[in-house]
Amino acid sequence: MISVAPFIVFLVGAVLATFARGRLRDIIVIATPVVGAINLCALDGSAPIVVSLFGRELILVQVDRLSMLFGWLFHLATFLALIYGLHRPNKLEQVVSLAYAASTMGAIFAGDLLTLFMFWEGLGLTSVFLILARRTRSAEKAAVRYLLLQIASGMLLLCGIAALLGQGGSLAMAPMELEGLASWLIFLALGIKAGFPLLHNWITDAYPEATETGTVLMSALTTKTAIYSLARLFPGTEILIYIGATMTVFPIFYAVIEDNLRRVLAYSLINQLGFMVTGIGIGTELAINGAVSHAFAHVMYKSLLFMSMGAVLFRTGRIGASELGGLYRTMPKTTILCIIGAASISAFPLFSGFVSKSMVMAAALEEGHDWVWLALLFASAGVLHHAGIKIPFFAFFGHDSGLRPREAPRPMLIAMTVAAFACIFIGVFPSVLYGMLPYEVTYQPYTVEHVVTQLQLLLFASLCFVVLHLARLEPPERPGINIDVEWFYRRLLPRGALRVRDELARARLVGGAVLEEFWNSGIALVTHLHGPRGALARNPLGSYALIALVALFAAVLVFELVLGSR
Amino acid sequence: MSEPARPGERRKRYLFDDARNVRRVRWALYAACALVLGADFIVHRHVEHPWEGTFGFYALFGFAAYALLVLIAEGLRRLVARRPDYYDD
Repeated sequence: MISVAPFIVFLVGAVLATFARGRLRDIIVIATPVVGAINLCALDGSAPIVVSLFGRELILVQVDRLSMLFGWLFHLATFLALIYGLHRPNKLEQVVSLAYAASTMGAIFAGDLLTLFMFWEGLGLTSVFLILARRTRSAEKAAVRYLLLQIASGMLLLCGIAALLGQGGSLAMAPMELEGLASWLIFLALGIKAGFPLLHNWITDAYPEATETGTVLMSALTTKTAIYSLARLFPGTEILIYIGATMTVFPIFYAVIEDNLRRVLAYSLINQLGFMVTGIGIGTELAINGAVSHAFAHVMYKSLLFMSMGAVLFRTGRIGASELGGLYRTMPKTTILCIIGAASISAFPLFSGFVSKSMVMAAALEEGHDWVWLALLFASAGVLHHAGIKIPFFAFFGHDSGLRPREAPRPMLIAMTVAAFACIFIGVFPSVLYGMLPYEVTYQPYTVEHVVTQLQLLLFASLCFVVLHLARLEPPERPGINIDVEWFYRRLLPRGALRVRDELARARLVGGAVLEEFWNSGIALVTHLHGPRGALARNPLGSYALIALVALFAAVLVFELVLGSR
Repeated sequence: MSEPARPGERRKRYLFDDARNVRRVRWALYAACALVLGADFIVHRHVEHPWEGTFGFYALFGFAAYALLVLIAEGLRRLVARRPDYYDD
């Protein structure tokens, strides 16, 4: 059977969708991942696809068990998100979603780092439009911040590649030691997209701002592409164990106090990535299997949870825990589907999280990382709090908000039902997922002791919730924002800059007037171009053009320096 | 987009409007807790970690971790909570 590079199917789909309208466009959009899946079947086990570009051999597609698993996962996730989006078909969203999926397919089948880089940039440049499609002022601002960090990740990757070439290193997508500038740059580039602590804030900033459908797709693709790349390039890198453990623990505190339920899920996303990063860091066959299977299970239940909250947002126009409650009355189907997602992420037996997360934890114990294991166990109880109980309880039960919205529209319900089915199917028949993992699986999730201990952990944590709730000691839901790392670039930096200008004005040092003049003309230029009446501010594209220009300039410079000298 | 409750619908009673049903759910949870804790007497566990073997370790850990999480989060809220329009960007 003839097969092409998986990203080509999605790119062709995106182009066709651009020129189609109405029902025809919807059909093209839904058919694309289906055609992609058929192509993927044909691609399995085929030889690498190599092309020549600028005198370099690029391995456009390389197929093995790991890339195939993520390929299937992303096809399924994209398919579900596109169905979900049919409740209000939007051309921009649909076309961009397909282009975004194309970038992901390109990245996970990339056989070398340069190919990875091209699609890595594509991820940010396409997905930013899923935030913009929300068409609110705060979404526009979040989109700029999002794009800046995505570009920063791409730049770091490119600089890493350049440094690697400078050392005469290989660009193959193969495990590398974390030593020297090149590998650290690449590590950090992956770290931004994987949401490492301190580099994580773009996830919780941007995801709650995107459209209902956009958030579902973004939560599935970008960070898991980074997880895939980490598993390829840095398996068994010890520092990842501690980075991962930190990622599982710190977001759960934020998730407890956060009011915006989609932001709660974004913090929860970082917590789940932590389990995968830890598994990759441990690096044994059991741990890698655990990380990869957890990525698979996670995409299904996290999509489901984001979809259910998207349905709530779509029907009520609200997403704050403090302004929701009691929706089970009129949205019973969404409620049940959300609870299935909540049970899966909490890792109740018979649901998907139970058969994947425990592999990472078993591997941590096996390798003698006792404290890491305890941290993961603590984080597991934390997951139950924010995703298992808080999300369904405050949206669908809790106090009666008086809202009586209609049930979610049919496309949303269909997508959520398929995702819920996948969650239960993986939980009940883990051998199907286990059979697709990179290494042979000997792990047995369903032993009496595992089921009993997991139920003890979860049920007694639930008991604690009931006790605290009855005693009115549960933290009350309050609207507001919680400052995080973004404080540095959203508060300190702008305020600091103004402060510097004022100090300069006051000091009147020798040359102070000149400096001030310089400063003011700089500000005037930026205001002229990007201010309220600025030429580049009439639509947000102006800012992107500027960012892209700077990024492109930096890229050309690096290429010139490194490749030009050879 | 949100639809206010229609006057007629107010009177319709749903599953958990009846406090007895809420109590039933709670009692089911208590019973389940007792059951899985009781299972510790019967199930013989292979332990990887010495603490794991202690009677009711997972139950106690789950309860304590949840309580600790909420306690620390309350402290964190005092530190980081700001009004909704805090960022003036």
